[in-house]
Amino acid sequence: MYEQIARNKRRSALIFLFFLLMIFALAYAFGALTGMGTGGLVFAALIAGGLSFLSYWKSDSVVLAISRAKPATKEEYPHLVNVVEGLAIAAGIPAPRCYVIDDTAPNAFATGRDPAHAVICVTTGLLQKMNRAELEGVVAHEMSHIRNFDIRVMTLAVVMVGIIALLSDWIMRSLWGGGRRRSGGRGKGGDIGAVLVVVGIFFAIFGPLIAQLLRMAVSRRREYLADASAALLTRYPPGLASALRKIADDREPLEAANKATAHLYIVNPLKDLKGAVNKLFSTHPPIEERIAALEKM
Amino acid sequence: MGALLVLLAVVAVLAVWVVGMYNALVNLRNRCENAWSQVDVQLKRRYDLIPNLVETVKGYAKHEREVFEKVTQARTAAINAGTVKDQGLAENQLAGALKTLFAVAEAYPDLKANQNFLMLQEELAGTEGKIAYARQFYNDTVMKFNQRQQVFPSSVIAGMFHFQTREYFELEEAAAKEPVKVQF
Repeated sequence: MYEQIARNKRRSALIFLFFLLMIFALAYAFGALTGMGTGGLVFAALIAGGLSFLSYWKSDSVVLAISRAKPATKEEYPHLVNVVEGLAIAAGIPAPRCYVIDDTAPNAFATGRDPAHAVICVTTGLLQKMNRAELEGVVAHEMSHIRNFDIRVMTLAVVMVGIIALLSDWIMRSLWGGGRRRSGGRGKGGDIGAVLVVVGIFFAIFGPLIAQLLRMAVSRRREYLADASAALLTRYPPGLASALRKIADDREPLEAANKATAHLYIVNPLKDLKGAVNKLFSTHPPIEERIAALEKM
Repeated sequence: MGALLVLLAVVAVLAVWVVGMYNALVNLRNRCENAWSQVDVQLKRRYDLIPNLVETVKGYAKHEREVFEKVTQARTAAINAGTVKDQGLAENQLAGALKTLFAVAEAYPDLKANQNFLMLQEELAGTEGKIAYARQFYNDTVMKFNQRQQVFPSSVIAGMFHFQTREYFELEEAAAKEPVKVQF
């Protein structure tokens, strides 16, 4: 368990560094392409610094805003708040804040940068469709993600994937514009400029792909681990198993989820993944295997 | 001279190691205390909820006096219990009395629809859950503490400074291990 936490912290730092470099390269390429010269370097450093700061300190708010989640008060959702507080006691961590997404598709995720700044978010569909034991199973799964610092890695990945996708999109667009301008007359650029353009194109094309790989490396095995820790917290594996089955049997997609946030959820919220290729690229292990593992406990 | 230095170095390393072990044990002991006080916090919360619940049920089911008395008595006994064992027994009785109270409530449809009653019921179920989880966490912490005291080499330090293993929290009856489940 402690090795797991240490590994998660290490991996977060690594992803963070990788992200910093990538953003820097992207911003620099952007600057070079738009003809900003050395000013582009400062511009790149500023963007990289600003976005890194944002993604570490504010990523939970970003994720919650993307998912259109609202804070859950004790008056409105006493059931949820009680279950979350109970399991926080069992896990020996401060009670995370509770958020609710107004959507009938049952699902849940956790976010934040450490156990003291953590959030558990569930859909109203989950609250309606689960009994107490099942809800406890789901919340315990999220609690394990929080305690193991999975949330830090996963949330950083969401924000970074989003930002890299956005930036490379910009570069692609300015590349078209820049190309036309260059053919208009001032074709000096030089060797360094050409190299930068190539690097820029490389990142623009492979950026999203690298981000995708990064995200996959981050999430699959830890779902099994969180399931196992959840069983240890509730001392009742059938609760989570039955919750997983209910969520999997529900064919309704979750509207608030997108490709960047999908890997945060307890079960893939996009639901349209079928076939071998998708299995290869999926962020979650197959639900049947997770249920089988729980039933063996 | 060289041998003396080596000896000094060994003594220093040993001292650092002893201090580290000792501090780890103290840390674990404090965590046990803290875990136990968590249980108390939740128990107190439950004792506070019970009079409200009794009052609400009374409003609808006046002639079930016997049940109310039993719950109130069990609550008082649990609050006044001196030892951990006594408290465990009193808690069992309280859980049983509450079960009867909710069974009685079944017969009153108006009561079951009462918003206040539903809220108290949820609060009570939530608190029962928290008590169970706090005890579980206490036992987990005690296990770590005891284990530290029993495995070599920290057992040497534990013996030197007279650390004592702590008792686990155990419930007497198998039935009392189940939280009070109220289903409609």
